[in-house]
Amino acid sequence: MNEVIREFLLETHENLAQLDADLIALEKDPTEKQTLARVFRNLHTVKGSAGFLGLAKLQAVAHSAESLLSRLRAGELTFNPPIATSLLKTIDAIRQVLASIESDGGEGTGDYSNLVRDLDYLRETGGLAESPPILARTTVAPIELVSVPPVEPLRLTPAAVVSPANANSVSMVQEPVEPKASAVSDSSIRVDVGLLDKLMTLVGELVLARNQVMQFSTSQEDGAFLGTVQRLNLLTTELQANVMKTRMQPIGNIWSKFPRVVRDLAVACGKQVRIDMEGQETELDKTIIEAIRDPLTHMVRNSVDHGIEPPAKRLERGKLAEGRLSLHAFHEGGKVIIEITDDGGGIDPIRVRDKAIKVKAISPEEAGRMNERELVNLVFLPGFSTTEKVTHFSGRGVGMDVVRTNIERIGGSVELESRPGLGTTVKMKIPLTLAIIPALTVTSGSERYAIPQVSLLELVRLEADQVKQRIESIHGFPVYRLRSNLLPIVYLNKELRIGDCQAAEGEISIVVLQADDRQFGLVVDVIHDTEEIVVKPLQKQLKGVNVFAGATIMGDGRVALILDVLGIAQRANVVTGARVRALTEQSTQANDASSNAKQSLLLFSTRDGGRMAIPLSIVARLEEFPFGSLERTGDQYVVQYRGEILPLLDVARQLSRDSERNAASPLSGDTVQVVVYAGSERQVGLIVGSILDIVEEEIVATTRSSRAGVLHSAVVQGRVAEFLDVEGLVSRAS
Amino acid sequence: MANERQFCTFTLGDQYFGLDVLKVQEIIRVQEMTPVPLAHPVVRGLINLRGQIVTAIDLRRRLDMPDRPSGQLPVNVVVQTDDGAVSLLVDEIGDVMEVSDALFERPPDTLDQKTRAMIRGAYKLPNRLLLALDIEEILNFSAPRE
Repeated sequence: MNEVIREFLLETHENLAQLDADLIALEKDPTEKQTLARVFRNLHTVKGSAGFLGLAKLQAVAHSAESLLSRLRAGELTFNPPIATSLLKTIDAIRQVLASIESDGGEGTGDYSNLVRDLDYLRETGGLAESPPILARTTVAPIELVSVPPVEPLRLTPAAVVSPANANSVSMVQEPVEPKASAVSDSSIRVDVGLLDKLMTLVGELVLARNQVMQFSTSQEDGAFLGTVQRLNLLTTELQANVMKTRMQPIGNIWSKFPRVVRDLAVACGKQVRIDMEGQETELDKTIIEAIRDPLTHMVRNSVDHGIEPPAKRLERGKLAEGRLSLHAFHEGGKVIIEITDDGGGIDPIRVRDKAIKVKAISPEEAGRMNERELVNLVFLPGFSTTEKVTHFSGRGVGMDVVRTNIERIGGSVELESRPGLGTTVKMKIPLTLAIIPALTVTSGSERYAIPQVSLLELVRLEADQVKQRIESIHGFPVYRLRSNLLPIVYLNKELRIGDCQAAEGEISIVVLQADDRQFGLVVDVIHDTEEIVVKPLQKQLKGVNVFAGATIMGDGRVALILDVLGIAQRANVVTGARVRALTEQSTQANDASSNAKQSLLLFSTRDGGRMAIPLSIVARLEEFPFGSLERTGDQYVVQYRGEILPLLDVARQLSRDSERNAASPLSGDTVQVVVYAGSERQVGLIVGSILDIVEEEIVATTRSSRAGVLHSAVVQGRVAEFLDVEGLVSRAS
Repeated sequence: MANERQFCTFTLGDQYFGLDVLKVQEIIRVQEMTPVPLAHPVVRGLINLRGQIVTAIDLRRRLDMPDRPSGQLPVNVVVQTDDGAVSLLVDEIGDVMEVSDALFERPPDTLDQKTRAMIRGAYKLPNRLLLALDIEEILNFSAPRE
């Protein structure tokens, strides 16, 4: 059955029940104005919906009744028994039509012209004078005749009992009360969300009790008891899943109105916009759906109003005249991600920066330290709007900050990515509901912590003798080679500033986690198992501690904190551009300090095996590029790097004598290691074999080098290393 | 006749404090506590109060008093707030006391600003002073941002 019709049936059945009660109340006390008004409203709704759905008979009946009621309401007529009878019959007629719609989709064969005539007559006369003879002609008989027959076959024919439409009709057979008319309204009921919340809380408590029983059962041997516990476990899990489901709604519920919003707005701004939606069926908790409705609408309006350009401008820029707005929802890492992407003009980070400085949201120094992505995200600051022009629909200078506040209030986050000239993507991360989640428990220091399973990628354990070898360091930051990728390592006890490792001597456990688009390894003392935990929010005294997402009660009754993986990653600078800054800042400091003989050096090997060093102060960053991303201009390799073209110099090739230059082995392998050198004018990438270490040493023994491109040689860490003349190399190459 | 007020009383060191008895939900003995790393130092941890997770705040630390000597176990005074129950760790619990408003006096100006906000004033009892605490102010601190 069509969803709209279904909704209509449900709603109308409810309205009718109310109408019945109200009409009876009115009959007792005809002066009750509020009740009369409610009757009028309800009938009006029925009429309206019927008209909308093209149900002519229903509309005609409801219309006559409404006309009668409107005179009653205006006080021109007084409510009296004949009127009550007619109105009640109207309701019966409506029920009859509904039953027919439900069974075969049509309005049925009932003839209600008599009823309509009666209603009209009552409207004119008030029903007090010569009404009785006319009332006698009413449609009492057909209505009753039609509503009874369906009962009979149900009671008598066995076939009807087992028919799929009446799968649970056993009880119906015993109570033959309007079996057909209420099939839809019986299969769903409206429930107060508060009740569902209560149910959810209770299930949460039940899960806790179950966990406690499970833990207790490990010390028991009674087979019957263990069996019962197992059953309790399964039932609880199932109950929990189903209770969670009661609160879930597809996000399509709120998206469905966007095509209209976009169309109207596009017409008003003289733009052409096509809207695509993907992932409408993605489900979210009801309260969350409610909470994101307004922010989403706002973002969609913004995209149309500010993002997508007028057709003429789009054609000028070589785009299709029709702009595209796409909504995409999907599950990722235990959250629902909603992306709103437009292919409009994007956001100019420079304009955002200037505006932010102008309104004193940030200082010029702060602005100087921010990368483009951070600059663009300044639009979320309160009272920020780059559009000078205020339109009817959006851009009143409030908005983005409200969007962010609303999203953060429900534990989500919102981020903006913009490619100037190409478009903007707003990415919202919304928690599902997650009152109960699977989590991995770990120990660090002397406490247990829970890590939401959704962020978990894999577990790695290193034996004591592997640790030294496998955990390497880049400028003091530990990394682990997970297959071919460098995984930043974060020590949980260090981040939380708690006691040292309690684990078995030397051996470490790494929990590989996903935070945003980055992966990192979290070192913990002991990894326990996964279990279902009930997330309880932290109280406001702890709100500022962003490394915890909440707390839970473990099987033994103790409280354990739930780690916020993103919070930990931010704290450890795994995500955001903070790491880049930290590196350059620290190396500048290191450079200042090195004036008294000690020098920070980056040790690396060239592709042909040479051991070389450069001062860390001139290193902007260490990068690893997939070989496929390298491109050639002339005989030089380049790579697209942060919106610029970064020329690459292969150190091994540059240092070989001219005659051998072409003999140097060509670049190969999956990835190339690059040291980004920040020269006075531009950046250059140096292709090296591998990064060996970062050391701080006092350089003593040096010898002049005969090789071009090498300043001198010295002993670093007990072995000779050549000091690369980066500046010379770069200027020679260009 | 001046108004009478009821206070739930307790001690911290040699000082005598009182909280509005209507705000106090219950008194419980020492509980197993889970410390919260990186939280404000006055937060001593989280306790499990019959399935509810309650933040425990060390009232000595909140009032800038020295920590209680090791070995001396605190008592939890659980108070109701808009944000759920919060536990205050105190030394020893006293009686519920009824005092007259006539005995009340504002704290002297010599108290520093921060403490003055938390201590509403003193009730001059015959043998000692009962310091009335403002529970909203006591709970009004934010976790340190870094």
